[in-house]
Amino acid sequence: MIAFINVALLTLLAVVTVAIVRQRSLFAAVILSGIYSFLMASVLIVLDAVDVAMTEASVGAGISTVVLLATLHLIKTTESRSVRPRILPMFVVLGTGAFLVWGTLVMPPYGTADNIIHKHVVPRYINDTIKETGVPNIVTSVLADYRGYDTLGETTVIFTAGIGVMLLLGGRRRRTKSGQDGRSP
Amino acid sequence: MKLDLILRIGTKLILPFILLFALYVQFHGDFGPGGGFQAGVITAAMVILLAITFGIDAAQRIAPPWLVSRMVPVGVLIYAGTGVLGLLLGKNFLDYSVLLHDPVHGRELGIFMVEAGVLITVSGTMTSLFYAFAERGR
Repeated sequence: MIAFINVALLTLLAVVTVAIVRQRSLFAAVILSGIYSFLMASVLIVLDAVDVAMTEASVGAGISTVVLLATLHLIKTTESRSVRPRILPMFVVLGTGAFLVWGTLVMPPYGTADNIIHKHVVPRYINDTIKETGVPNIVTSVLADYRGYDTLGETTVIFTAGIGVMLLLGGRRRRTKSGQDGRSP
Repeated sequence: MKLDLILRIGTKLILPFILLFALYVQFHGDFGPGGGFQAGVITAAMVILLAITFGIDAAQRIAPPWLVSRMVPVGVLIYAGTGVLGLLLGKNFLDYSVLLHDPVHGRELGIFMVEAGVLITVSGTMTSLFYAFAERGR
């Protein structure tokens, strides 16, 4: 059953990816990338990574789609057709892809219990989380406590991104009081 | 604008539940999937849905721009402040075990405060990001 779900989801992912690449209308591409994110979230649920799945669904499919649509509101909505076929970028992309696939070949088989990553700090997190932090969800305790420093860095990244966008786009432009009728964005 | 009645009523019905779900994700993150990041995004999604359906002015009455833009640094400060608190009480930076008498409870409290900081920064950032784009398009 899991195998069937996996095959179905990965096939759909591939179909959506091809559709995004071939799509000239940016509006359709944005919606398709939202669909891609939802499919990815489903894949992550199948992989038992519910926290990541929730993030993918809310950020990838939700906020990203909305922000990209808001961007489309400001710019042209069709991708301009390239004049001639590009050979070099094609080779770069195929080469990078081949390298990535080659890299996965030497990875330990997925899901085996005696992988190196499962032997270092993971047993301590699994055994001692409740004793040490009183929080049953190991993901939360690792994110906020054991690896709190990393999460502080992540929060700072969000902060920096927000400040950057506000400085670039926000701009304290005084709105004129007249002629505002609550028009939807 | 009068014709999208279903959209408006539907949005009105669903908004409190989105916020409730965000709070659930935030405070239940210790037990189930979720946490500050996801809850912050869901909270921002509520404001964005409101803005899309009722116009950005309605959203800015509930989440005024001055508030959301101030939430961005406040969350980071709460997070880092929790870490500095551990430093001041004689342990390492971000060691929460000294926050309360019982180290386990202290770490629980530390995780709670840190997640609150993440929630505030993420929801503030996502909302002001949307505001920045939407106001530009006027």
